[in-house]
Amino acid sequence: MSVWDKLFSFENYGELLTLLHNSILAGALLGLIGGLIGVFVVMRDLTFAVHGISELSFAGAAFALLVGFNVVIGSILGSLSAALLIGFLGVRARERSSFIGVLMPFGLGLGVLFLALYPGRAANKFGLLTGQIVAVDDPQLFWMLGVSAVVIAVLAILWRPLMFATVDPEIAAARGVPVRALSPVFMIVLGLTVAMAVQVVGALLVLALLVTPAAAAMRVTASALWVPVLSVIFGVTSVVGGILLALGGSLPISPYVTTISFLIYVVCRITGNRRLRRGWARRTELAEPAASPADRRSQPVG
Amino acid sequence: MRRPTIMDSQAPSAASTNTAAPNTVAPKTPPRNGARTSSAAAVVPAVSTRDAGLAFGDRVLWSGLNLDIPPGQFVAILGSNGSGKTSLIRVLLGEQPLSTGAAWIAGEPVRRGSTLVGYVPQKVSIDSATMVKARDVVRMGLDGHRWGMPIGSARKRHAVRATIDELLASVGAAQLADAPVSMLSGGELQRVRVAAALASNPSILLCDEPLAALDLRHQQEVAALLDRRRREHDTAVLFVTHDINAVLDYVDQVLYLAAGRFRLGPPEEVLTSEGLTELYGAPVDVIRTQGRVIVVASTDPTAGVHLSHDDHGATDPPLGPTRRIRR
Repeated sequence: MSVWDKLFSFENYGELLTLLHNSILAGALLGLIGGLIGVFVVMRDLTFAVHGISELSFAGAAFALLVGFNVVIGSILGSLSAALLIGFLGVRARERSSFIGVLMPFGLGLGVLFLALYPGRAANKFGLLTGQIVAVDDPQLFWMLGVSAVVIAVLAILWRPLMFATVDPEIAAARGVPVRALSPVFMIVLGLTVAMAVQVVGALLVLALLVTPAAAAMRVTASALWVPVLSVIFGVTSVVGGILLALGGSLPISPYVTTISFLIYVVCRITGNRRLRRGWARRTELAEPAASPADRRSQPVG
Repeated sequence: MRRPTIMDSQAPSAASTNTAAPNTVAPKTPPRNGARTSSAAAVVPAVSTRDAGLAFGDRVLWSGLNLDIPPGQFVAILGSNGSGKTSLIRVLLGEQPLSTGAAWIAGEPVRRGSTLVGYVPQKVSIDSATMVKARDVVRMGLDGHRWGMPIGSARKRHAVRATIDELLASVGAAQLADAPVSMLSGGELQRVRVAAALASNPSILLCDEPLAALDLRHQQEVAALLDRRRREHDTAVLFVTHDINAVLDYVDQVLYLAAGRFRLGPPEEVLTSEGLTELYGAPVDVIRTQGRVIVVASTDPTAGVHLSHDDHGATDPPLGPTRRIRR
């Protein structure tokens, strides 16, 4: 079998499609919530935190696998504890980075330990790290549906104040936005999303879904509407596209997903740079600023 | 606690406060209807405080503060670092409770998130990762604190858009509406910030060193902008600054905080060598040269008086753009 056949194979595609429609549905969901939450991940500079959370989520899932517990719950528990730890212990960006740097290898090490102890199939093991189209069964899909619903509901309610607190925490606090309380709430939602992503693309590649789509969207637009919309479109395209391409082959899905999302980013970056060179914000020279020094000169001074 | 005797010894001008209020009991009602100032009987002060004091443990920042700032006044708050200027702003924002006394904004007790207050902070830059348009930053001042997604009917959307355009035009930033804020210069961004602070149509603008990161030309522009606003809309402006000279042309009153005490009055009354010497309890010279005011510790610069704003004044060329404009 050539490399090409390994990469792309569309034999019995229809049958596989019906067999794996749960996975595709789960992937689409993930693209949706990953794209939405990614907007805040990028703006709040939590990229590294996402990576740290995903490693602990991996450890949780590996532990669940070892003891024969529900893997989804295991990964949720792992990522929630990491998210809350990072949220509470690393308030300042610099502190946060070093704390994540401490936490991440520990999580990864734990996960490796649990996997080494796990006697089952190796494919299951690597699935958690690099993603695998294991057929998502119905209970698992229901879990993912439920968690996604929670994430979307919380984001919908928090959207405006969270955005305010993200862009301008000082002014938001002055306007009565509970800036400090929003932070842990957001970390919980982020933890849930990461746990979902680990199920599909694996712990190592969560960033491709939680950061890349939003980062790509922000290269081409600053619109309050189009950033999340594009981010979701990019996210869903990456996951669903990746799954569809990976279906027939014998490889994990993550290389497909990450390649698509990377290509989207590259295209967006080139487009954005071109726009920057032409002058992003066409500042029409309407008039001189309202009270230019020239106006002042004629006014009597108090 | 040291009594602010200096206030009693100096009676500020008629427009400002006196110290007639009892210092021991905080009044329970806001000072309406000119109980204290006969000249402006019907006007509710934009800001009033009664016996307001703030202390952290033993350290008294200020005490016995009685203010009545009428609508439309431009008040500069001066003082050395740590004298409680920013804390006063935080009190009026409702973020910092008073140790003693009470404070009101437009007749209402101070509270956090009040729409009667607009806030322009010192921090100018917005993180470069933040891809948000200027119009969306202004919109946050309008409804950013509300829960839920920013979704509304087409008519409502148009109304919001028109309001934002109007606000941006009022600060001379209409052309910046669709520019990402991370690509704006400091002066442009500060204009957008002022527009956002004005979005709730506040009675008072609290500005915490809004000019600190700007060059002289932009300082002058933003200061003139604030001045125009207060003249046209009667919005009082409380303006914390290290350098009075950028706003000297516009200032009605100066609130000078130092050594746990304060002095309030028109700049020519407060910024005098005698007055500040008494306030600091150490020799201080106020030098007026070419219309600029420079405050220096007169004998020993290390005598415990840290006059940070005069560093700036002393190092600037005496004939800056500020002065040329005035002539």
